[in-house]
Amino acid sequence: MQGNVKIRIDGRDLVAEKGLTILEVSRQAGIEIPTLCFDEALEPYAACRLCVVELSVKGAKRFVAACVYPVEEGAEVNTCTDEILLHRRLLVELYLARSPKARKIKELAAKLSVGEPRYRFEETHNCIVCGLCVRACNEIVGASAIGFSQRGMKRKVEPPFRRGSAACISCGTCTTICPTEAITLKEIDQVKSVHVAGEEGSAVPCSVCAEFEVVPTHPDDYMGWLSERVSGKRVK
Amino acid sequence: MRIRSLEDLIAAKNRGLATLYPHKAKIMVGMASCGIASGSRAVMKALQDEVRRIGFDASISPIGCIGSCYKEPLVDVIRPGQPRLTYANVTPAAAVDIAESLASGRLRKEGLFTRIEEDENLVDGTRVRISSGKAAVSTGEGSASSGQGTAGNPSRRDTGASDSSGQRMASEPSDGSRGTGAGRSSEARTPAEFADIPLFGEVPFFKQQKRIVLRNCGVINPDSIDEYIARGGYFALHKALKELSPEKVIEEVKASGLRGRGGAGFPTGVKWQLTRNATGDVKYIICNADEGDPGAYMDRSVLEGDPHSVLEGMTIGAFAVGAQEGYIYVRAEYPLAIEKLQLAIRQAEECGLLGEDVLGSGFNFRVSLSKGAGAFVCGEETALMAAIEGRVGEPRPRPPFPAQSGLWGKPTNINNVETWANVPVILARGGNWYAQIGTEKSKGTKVFSLVGKLNNSGLIEVPMGISLRDIVYSIGGGITDGGKFKAVQTGGPSGGFIPESLIDLPVDYERLTEAGAIMGSGGMVVMDDKVCMVDMARFFLTFTAAESCGKCAPCRIGTYVMNETLARICEGQGREGDIEFLEKLAHTVKALSLCGLGQTAPNPVLTTIRYFRHEYETHIRDKRCPAKVCKRKFTPEEIARLKEEAAQKREALKGSEAPGSGEQPSPLKSAGKKQSGAQTRTDKKDARKRKD
Repeated sequence: MQGNVKIRIDGRDLVAEKGLTILEVSRQAGIEIPTLCFDEALEPYAACRLCVVELSVKGAKRFVAACVYPVEEGAEVNTCTDEILLHRRLLVELYLARSPKARKIKELAAKLSVGEPRYRFEETHNCIVCGLCVRACNEIVGASAIGFSQRGMKRKVEPPFRRGSAACISCGTCTTICPTEAITLKEIDQVKSVHVAGEEGSAVPCSVCAEFEVVPTHPDDYMGWLSERVSGKRVK
Repeated sequence: MRIRSLEDLIAAKNRGLATLYPHKAKIMVGMASCGIASGSRAVMKALQDEVRRIGFDASISPIGCIGSCYKEPLVDVIRPGQPRLTYANVTPAAAVDIAESLASGRLRKEGLFTRIEEDENLVDGTRVRISSGKAAVSTGEGSASSGQGTAGNPSRRDTGASDSSGQRMASEPSDGSRGTGAGRSSEARTPAEFADIPLFGEVPFFKQQKRIVLRNCGVINPDSIDEYIARGGYFALHKALKELSPEKVIEEVKASGLRGRGGAGFPTGVKWQLTRNATGDVKYIICNADEGDPGAYMDRSVLEGDPHSVLEGMTIGAFAVGAQEGYIYVRAEYPLAIEKLQLAIRQAEECGLLGEDVLGSGFNFRVSLSKGAGAFVCGEETALMAAIEGRVGEPRPRPPFPAQSGLWGKPTNINNVETWANVPVILARGGNWYAQIGTEKSKGTKVFSLVGKLNNSGLIEVPMGISLRDIVYSIGGGITDGGKFKAVQTGGPSGGFIPESLIDLPVDYERLTEAGAIMGSGGMVVMDDKVCMVDMARFFLTFTAAESCGKCAPCRIGTYVMNETLARICEGQGREGDIEFLEKLAHTVKALSLCGLGQTAPNPVLTTIRYFRHEYETHIRDKRCPAKVCKRKFTPEEIARLKEEAAQKREALKGSEAPGSGEQPSPLKSAGKKQSGAQTRTDKKDARKRKD
């Protein structure tokens, strides 16, 4: 992509490189747009819908996800109109209802002054299904050890068929990238998502799928083990 | 046999005419899914057995759905020289009688529904009296003459013997059977005894219809490519490939004003242009046959009754945009449609109308079938393409649009079944002819599956702009059991409810959107006053919540919360503020969702609140359902309180020694309204269940 386009974001006239997204241009200009499923290292996914902004081209207004929508010549973008804020607050309220214990969601709710959710879930979960772990495992690690299963409200992150995945290299990227501590190292051991086939030594057999073995149970131990695998020497 | 030239096409046409209107008695049975569901397989078998038993020389042919599904199983008979007569609601016993009476020459009169004397060949614009043998009467209105016109050129090798127009319904077989039987009469003459049977065009159900997409449904045997060609099929493809440039084809489609029939209504010609303009050697054509709206079966009927019309449309589209490969994504729940499509693809390939070197023009186009695995969201174009690629059927954000980067990252043009089926007629008759039908911004016709509490339900095709009143009362024959019309739901789970006050609304894309509904793919469910609108909204939300793929949060959590809130209101546990919360939530889900499923899923909620707010209020404030549909559910606290109140009343009764039963009306029910015993029992059972 070559050339520049003129675009107005929140009243500021900007010249942006063609092909960049609204989110990239906004952030470069210091305009904050909240996101949950966006990570610079990954392909945009447009699933959290927090970054939805108002785009007007030739008078026609519509809502677009800033993380995927490329800047357009002559377009006018408003990132926080009253209407956008209204929708964004209600969306965060939904997130908060589903994941009331997730620190990141609580912070977001406080920032947008979202109060107690009007709907109460019987079952809550920290996972906000942003897909960062799945995409990191696929795009960065290249292991594709975890994916989504089910659909709708039942959608969740799992290794295929809920069995320990032999594709997993126990790198822990999923735990690092997870914004809501839904996947933690400790939980990896319990939920049997990180397994290494044929690993000898201190590995503990998984309680569910005994043909695979789990890496050391304690996170500290795990970091050492991982560094050994990656660099050949154990880092404390 | 490969068809490479117009002569070959005409030969096939004459072969088709010979089976379409043979010179012997013909019996046709409606064998689409609707017919089979009503028992047409047994009828077919009874007919075949009987014809064999009495040694009667008649051809028996399956046909698709003619639309009047409420009259299935349908059996049609044609005797040479006489009009086509249709029997409705035929039982196997009646079928035996029909066969016998046909053989004896004294036709059974019982159960006759309609008669068809004149047959319109929509593709070339001619009308023919069935079995007349006379030259066709051309309507002449802007008929794009091309292939069809030359069909009548005597210099061509028209195997259909002497008839110079090539439009005769019955081609003369060479076996000398000509001249026998009643086929000699020059006019189709309705015997006096059948004169009181209403003509096809006079039956209220068909009177206001205009059948373009359904032109062959219920007329031809879907298994016969020759019969499709006999009705003008593949002549438009011949015209496109041999006479027109791709640009000219797109121009015609643009001129027609055809808009996508999948629901969103994007101009088809513009879409084709975008795909044509996209850079890339490899381009794809997709037919979206993943019809999943509850109560909608337009695409199924077209695929079952006239699969070649879709294939021809796709091939013309492929030529226009420069694609060489196409996919039909059809839901696996349509086994008969899949069977018909597979056969049609094979036939078209054998005839050289699909595959390599189509019609000897050097143009190649292959079509493959891709079967869905049951996810509603795969009807969304980006999810559909992901599914064809073998990935999880989930939508992705646009841009890039499929026209730029679609299937396997290549420019892709995707249209739905009905859109494709329109294309051959547009090409044959010209865009301007098509643009005469319909309203200013919505051209042509729309197929609806008209279902619900109607006397006449079935598949209809009406010109755009027809009023809902005409559809419900004239075509649909009004509400069953003399009931009162309450609302019509268009567009399925993405659509909305239109109340009685808007019954004169003309049906087109803009007007339906203004009313809060959408055109959608064409589901039209009519409801009477026994229906609870909150319950209906809940029904559709249960559907969308279950079918949401869960990728984006507004749709995943939003539809779930809306559905749960509606369920709570239905159960009599609604709270003040619920309606406002639902409205806000609906607007947010609409605004923020990633794909069309989430963006339209709140429509049933929004329209029911807009037009039937009082019903929500009655549920919430009075804790009752005005239509007596929703069942009240009690919380443990309420049950405890009810028990206490009942005990107190018993005490009071004991004191006064009043005679009577222990039956206590629920104090939560509205005062003065006497509830039915059944409902009291249900409540009690509910209460007992809760207690356990």
